[in-house]
Amino acid sequence: MVPLLALAAQDGGTVYLGWGAFTIQLGNFIVIAAMVVLFVLALVLPFPKGRKRS
Amino acid sequence: MSTPTKERAAESGPDEVEPFSTWTGRARRWMLKKLPPDKLLPESQPSYVASWIYVFGMGAIASLAVVIASGLVLSLNGPSWWHLSSLGHFVNSTHLWSVEFFFLFMVVHLWGKFWMASWRGGRVLTWITGVFSFAVSIAAAFTGYLLQTNFESQWIAFEAKDALNAAGIGAWFNVANLGQMFTWHIVLLPLGVGAIVAFHVILVRMHGVVSPIDAAESDSQLVNPKEASE
Amino acid sequence: MTATKPARRENPMSWRTGTGIAGRPWTGAVREYDLFKELTIGLVAVILLVLAASALFGSPDDKAVSLKSWAVAQPSDFVATATAELAGTSDTAGYGPPYNSTPGATQTLGPIDLQTLAGVKLPIDTAQAFVLGPLSSLPTPPSGVATWKAASADQRTAWTDAYAKALDKAKNHDLANVASGDYGPVPAMMRTLLTMAKQGSLDSVISAQGKFYNLDYTPAILFMGDGAYLNDLAAGLHLSGDQWGMMNETGNYPGQSWLWLFSFFYQIEPFASLPNADIVVVVLVAILTLALMLVPFIPGLRAIPRVIPLHRLIWRDYYRRR
Repeated sequence: MVPLLALAAQDGGTVYLGWGAFTIQLGNFIVIAAMVVLFVLALVLPFPKGRKRS
Repeated sequence: MSTPTKERAAESGPDEVEPFSTWTGRARRWMLKKLPPDKLLPESQPSYVASWIYVFGMGAIASLAVVIASGLVLSLNGPSWWHLSSLGHFVNSTHLWSVEFFFLFMVVHLWGKFWMASWRGGRVLTWITGVFSFAVSIAAAFTGYLLQTNFESQWIAFEAKDALNAAGIGAWFNVANLGQMFTWHIVLLPLGVGAIVAFHVILVRMHGVVSPIDAAESDSQLVNPKEASE
Repeated sequence: MTATKPARRENPMSWRTGTGIAGRPWTGAVREYDLFKELTIGLVAVILLVLAASALFGSPDDKAVSLKSWAVAQPSDFVATATAELAGTSDTAGYGPPYNSTPGATQTLGPIDLQTLAGVKLPIDTAQAFVLGPLSSLPTPPSGVATWKAASADQRTAWTDAYAKALDKAKNHDLANVASGDYGPVPAMMRTLLTMAKQGSLDSVISAQGKFYNLDYTPAILFMGDGAYLNDLAAGLHLSGDQWGMMNETGNYPGQSWLWLFSFFYQIEPFASLPNADIVVVVLVAILTLALMLVPFIPGLRAIPRVIPLHRLIWRDYYRRR
C-alpha cells in the first residue's frame, strides 16, 4: 500500500511528513488529525439519553 | 415550564401600569425582554440538542479560561521568569497547551456549526461574532509568540514585520517592540476576545440553539412535546 | 400577525428570521440541561488535559541569539553585514518606510501604496545606528570614524564596494584571508566593531539606544536579520516562509496550525516569487476571512450543509422520531 503521507525529513529529531513541496511538521499533523477524528467521533458516537422532565 | 407568551405577558404587565421613565428602567425592560433570566440560565434544552458536537463550544470557553489563568501567572512574574524557573517553564507549558486546545475545540465547533447551518432563523450575528472571535484569537496568539523572549520571538518579529509594514501599520504595531506587544497581548487583545466571546454567548442564549434543518410543524417533537420528551 | 402574507417561498438555509421554526422560540419537546454542571465538568476536563500535556510534553525554549553569539559563530557574516550597513546596501538600508525612504522599495497593489502612506515613522540610518554610533560610544573611538566622516560619498562607496568584494572572495570566507587593497578605514572599524560584538558590549549599546530603559528591539533585530546567521538558523529549524515556517514550532511541538491558509500561499506560485508577496497574501487572507464571516449571505456556499447532509448524523434521533 503506497503511503499517502511519507516521512519527508527528519532534522535532528524533528519529524516532517509530506509529499512534494507540502511538508507538515509532526506536532501540527497530530493536532489536525486529532481535530478531524474528534469531529467524526462527535458525529457518530451515540449521545446519552437525558432525564425525563416531569 | 413557562411558555414564551406567559413570559412576555409578565414583562409587559407592569409596563402598562407604570411606564419606565428613566434610561435605566427602559434599558432594564429592554434587556429583560431580549434575554429573560430563564433564557439566560435555562434548565432545559430542546430535545434535538443531543449530540457530542455540542460540547466543543463549551470546551473552547473552558480552554480560554485556562489560557487566561495561566497567562495571568506568566505576566505577573514577568517575561523572563519561565526561562529561569522550572515552575515558570511548567506554567508556560500550560499556557501553550491550553491555547492549542482552545483552537482545537473552537475549530471543531466551527466545523459543526457550518454543517448545521447555524445562521438560520435570524442567527447571522451569532455566526459573524463567532468568526470574529476566531480572527481576534489568532491575533492574540500571534502576539503571544512575540513575548517568549527567545529565538522564536526574534525570528517571528523579523518575519512578521514585512506583512505589517506592507499593510502600512508596521510602525504602530511594531512587532520588535516588546513593551508595545506586551500591552496588546495581555490587555487589549484578551479584552477584545473576552468581549466578543461574551457577546457571542449572549446571542446564543437569546436565539436558542438552532433547530434541525428541514424541521417541520408536523414533527412529533412539536406536536406532542410532553410525549416526545426524553 | 398579518392576515395575508405574500406567498414567497422562504429559503430554508436563509439567515433571515422568517416564519419558519428556526426563527421562533422552540415550543416542542425538551430535555433536562444543567448549564453550570456542564461548564464545571468541561473546565475540570480541560484543566486535566492541559496539565497532562504540560507534564508529558512541556514546551520548547530555544535560546535567543545575540550580536555576540553571531560575532562568535560567524564573524565573517557579521563583518560582511556590518559593511553593508555602513555602505547603505543592506536589506534594512533599502527597505523603505517605516525605516527610511528608498524609492521603489515598497510593496504596492497596483496604485495602492500603503507602505509609503504610513511614512518613515521608525527612522533608522543603518551606517550611524549599527557602525558609526556604537564605535563613537567607545571611550577612545577609533580614528577610522573621523576619516570616514571626512571622506566624500564616492570615496566611501569605493572603499565599501572593494571591501565587500574582497570579503566575498576570501578563502573559506575567513577574515584572515581577505586580500589586501585600498579599503580605507573600513577594515579597522570592522575589527573594532567585531571585538565589541564578541565582548557583548555591542548588544548593550544597540539595544539601549542611549537610554537606561528600553524595550524596543527593532535595531538589533533588523541588524541580525540582514545577515545570513539568523536566517540560516531559522531555515535549519524549518521556520522559513517557504518551509511552512509560519505554522511551524521548533522540535515536534504543535505550532500555529490555524495559520495554515496564510502560510499556504507562500508555498505556491505565483505568490512565492512575488516582490509584493506580503501585501498580496495579507489582502487575500483578509478577503477569505471576510467571506467566511459572510457565508450566511453567500448563496451556494450556505446551501452546502443541506446538499451534503452531515446534519442527518447530528440530529439522527430527531429525524427518526418524527
